Amino acid sequence: MNFELTEERQMLQDTLRRFLSDKYDVPTRNAILESDTGMSADLWAQLAELGILGALFSEDDGGFGGAGFDIAVVFEELGRAGVVEPILETCILGGGLIASMGNETQKGLLESIIGGETRLALAHGEPRSRYDLSRIETTYADGKLTGHKAMSLGAPNADHVIISARESGTIYDKEGISLFLVPVSQLEMQATPVMGGGTAADIYLNGVTVTEDMRLGAAGDAFPHLETVFAAAITATCAQTLGGMEGATRLTVEYLQTRKQFGKAIGTFQALQHRLSDMLIELEQARSAVIGAAGYLDADTRLRDRYASAAKNLMGRAGRMIAEEAIQMHGGIAMTQEYELAHLTKRIIMADHMFGDTDHHLERFIALSAA
Amino acid sequence: MDLNYSQEDLDFQSEVRTFMKEKLPQHLADRVRGGAEFTKDDVEEWHAILSDNGWLAQNWPKEFGGAEWNAVQRHIFEEEAALASAPRIVPFGLSMLAPVLQKFGSKEQCDHWLPRILNGDDWWCQGYSEPGAGSDLASLKTRAVLDGDHYVVNGQKTWTTLAQHANMIFCLVRTNTEVKNQEGISFLLIDMDTPGIEVRPIVLLDGGAEVNEVWFTDVKVPVANLIGEQDKGWTYAKYLLTHERTNIAGVGFSNAGLQAVKRMAKSEMSGGKPLIENPHFAARIAQVEIDLMAMSLSNLRIVSQAAKGGAPGLEASMLKVKGTIIRQEINDLARRAAGSYALPFASEALEGSNEPSFGPEGAGPVAAQYFNNRKLSIFGGSNEVQREIIAKTTLGRMQ
Repeated sequence: MNFELTEERQMLQDTLRRFLSDKYDVPTRNAILESDTGMSADLWAQLAELGILGALFSEDDGGFGGAGFDIAVVFEELGRAGVVEPILETCILGGGLIASMGNETQKGLLESIIGGETRLALAHGEPRSRYDLSRIETTYADGKLTGHKAMSLGAPNADHVIISARESGTIYDKEGISLFLVPVSQLEMQATPVMGGGTAADIYLNGVTVTEDMRLGAAGDAFPHLETVFAAAITATCAQTLGGMEGATRLTVEYLQTRKQFGKAIGTFQALQHRLSDMLIELEQARSAVIGAAGYLDADTRLRDRYASAAKNLMGRAGRMIAEEAIQMHGGIAMTQEYELAHLTKRIIMADHMFGDTDHHLERFIALSAA
Repeated sequence: MDLNYSQEDLDFQSEVRTFMKEKLPQHLADRVRGGAEFTKDDVEEWHAILSDNGWLAQNWPKEFGGAEWNAVQRHIFEEEAALASAPRIVPFGLSMLAPVLQKFGSKEQCDHWLPRILNGDDWWCQGYSEPGAGSDLASLKTRAVLDGDHYVVNGQKTWTTLAQHANMIFCLVRTNTEVKNQEGISFLLIDMDTPGIEVRPIVLLDGGAEVNEVWFTDVKVPVANLIGEQDKGWTYAKYLLTHERTNIAGVGFSNAGLQAVKRMAKSEMSGGKPLIENPHFAARIAQVEIDLMAMSLSNLRIVSQAAKGGAPGLEASMLKVKGTIIRQEINDLARRAAGSYALPFASEALEGSNEPSFGPEGAGPVAAQYFNNRKLSIFGGSNEVQREIIAKTTLGRMQ
C-alpha cells in the first residue's frame, strides 16, 4: 500500500493550486457568478493551456491521465477554490462518453475539448426520473427525439449536448437506451443559474430531428457506458466537495482563532473546540471516501459502484455537517454572499442534488451489497 | 392532565379559523405557499386587516388598544395562521418595542408612539447587533453623547432586518464608558430620516437582501427619545428579549413547512412510486414529525405555565434550540424532496416573479430557504448562547 501521490500528480496538484490561488480569487469568482454566462471563457482557455483538461483523459484519448486519482486531484483543487466552470460536464460526462462510445470521427472532438475549444453537456435526467439512471421516457423514433430533460448541467454553455433516449423497452429497462450528440443550436432550452454557481437547463425535445451520424455507439447500448461516466462524475463531485469542505474548515479554524467575544477568541470556548474536532474527524472520513472512490474507479463494476455510492452517501452526510457547523460557528458573517464560506457551503450542499443524493446512494449501496 | 383545549379555547380557535377563511386575501396566502418574500405593501395590507379586527396588537393590554390575548390564545392564533398560510406579523414595533414602551416609557411616549404602531404609521427596525457585538451584545460600541437637549450618535449597527422599509429604529447605544459594559447602555428611538444615517443592504447567501448595515455619523437625537433612564438600557433590552421569545418555538412555521414537504413528496416520483412512499424518505419525515409533536406539547406546557403568570426562563431557551433545529431539518427535507429541481438559483422566486419556474410546485425556493434559515440558530441569541443559559441555570441550581 502507498498513499502518496505520484510525482506527476503531485506536480499537477501544485500547479493547479498555485494557478487558482493567483487567478481565481474571491472577487474574480464573484464577478464570474454575476456575469451573464456564469463562466469565464478566458479562464477556460488558460485551464486548457495548463493541461488541466488533458489530465482528465487517457493517453489513448489524447490526454495524459484520466485515472481515478487524476480526477480526484484536479477536482479537489477546483473545489477548494470554488471553481464554477463546467469542467465536469464537459470532460467527465461529455468527453467521457465520447471517449468510451464514439467512432473515429466523433473522437475527433476530444482534441478540441482538451484544447479548450469545445464544451459539452449531458442531458439524461428527466422530471420524473429523480436519480434513477435507467428511467428514460424520452424516445428516439423515425429520426426524431421526443421528451423532456431536467436540469441538464452545463447545457447553456455547451456547444453540443449528448441526449439519452429510449429506442426499445419500457421506461425502467437498462437495455434500449441510446445517446445522440446534438449541436446546441437545434435544442430548445430553458436555462437557469444554479445555486452555488454554474448553469443548468431543462430541454424540451419536440420531435428534434437527429441524423445517424449523431448517434454514439450502437443502438440501445448506452447504459453501461452511462454507469461508467456516472461513477467518474461521482468521484469528481466527491473530490470537489472534499476541496470545499477543506476550505470551509480552514476558514472556520481561522475565524475561531481571530473572532473575539466576551473578551477572548471564541476558539477558547470548549464547546466550540469539540465541534471543530468533530468537523476535522469528518473531514478525514471524507478524504478516505474520495480515495476509495478514486482508487476503485477502474475496478470491476460492482466494486467500483459500491465505493462510488459509499462515497456519495458519506459526502452527503459529512458535507452537510461541515457546511452547517462552519456557518453556525461563524455566525452572521457566514450568511453574507460576499464571504468566501457562503460560496463553499452552497457548493457542498448543492452537490447532494447531483448524480444521486445521500438517500439514493444509501439505497443503491444496499442493493449492490445484496447482489 | 388534559391535552384538550377548554371550550373557551375551542370557541376562540373556530373564531380564528373563520376569520382566516373570510379575511385572509388569497393572493397573500398564495405568496406564502409559494415561498415568496413579502413586500412592504403585503405586510401593511395584512397588518391593516388584523388591526381592523382588533387582532394586530395581540399581546398588548386593552388600555393601549391591544387584544390582551393570553399565551394559549396567541398560540392558537399562530397555529391557525400558519395552517391558513397567513403572512407573519412583522414584530419589531408590535411585540418588541411596544412592551418596552408600555413598561418603561413615559405617558407622552406611549401616547405618541403606540397609536402610530397600531395604525401602521411607523415601520420600526431593531438596532442591536454590531460587527464586534453579536453573541456578546453588551460589548456594543455605538456611542451617544449628551449635548444639551439632544444626543449625538456615532457608530454602526448590523444585521438590521428590513431597515430598508423602516422610518424608525430603536437602538442600544453606549452612553457611559466608565462602568461595566451592561451598565453604560441606553435605549434610544431614532428617526431614520435624520441626517447622518446611512442604510447599506447586505446581500445574503441566498441572494436576498433582508438585512442591512445602519451607519450613524453625528446623528442628533432629541433627549425626549430616550426610554426610561440613561444607562439603564440593558434592563429594557433584556425585558424586550423575553417578549421576542413568545413565538420562539416556531411550531406554526414547522407545521406549515412539514405539510409543504409532504405535498411535494406526494407529487415527486421515486422508483415509480410517490417519494412519500419511499421508506427512507418516509422515515425522515416521520422522524421530524415525531420530534415536532413532542415539541408542540412542550411548547403548550410552557405556554400554559406562562398563561398562569409564570415567566419561562431556561424553558424558553430549550424551545429556541429545539424549535430551530426542527425548522432547519424541515428545510433540509424540502430541498431533498425537490431532487435535482432544488438546483436553480432563482432569487426572483422569493419575490414572486412571473418567470416560469422549474420542477414540482413549491420547488423553486427550497434551496434558498434552506440556506436562509441557517440564520434561525444564529439570531435572537444564538443556540450556543441558549445552551449556555440552560447549563448555567441548571448548574447554578445545583450549588
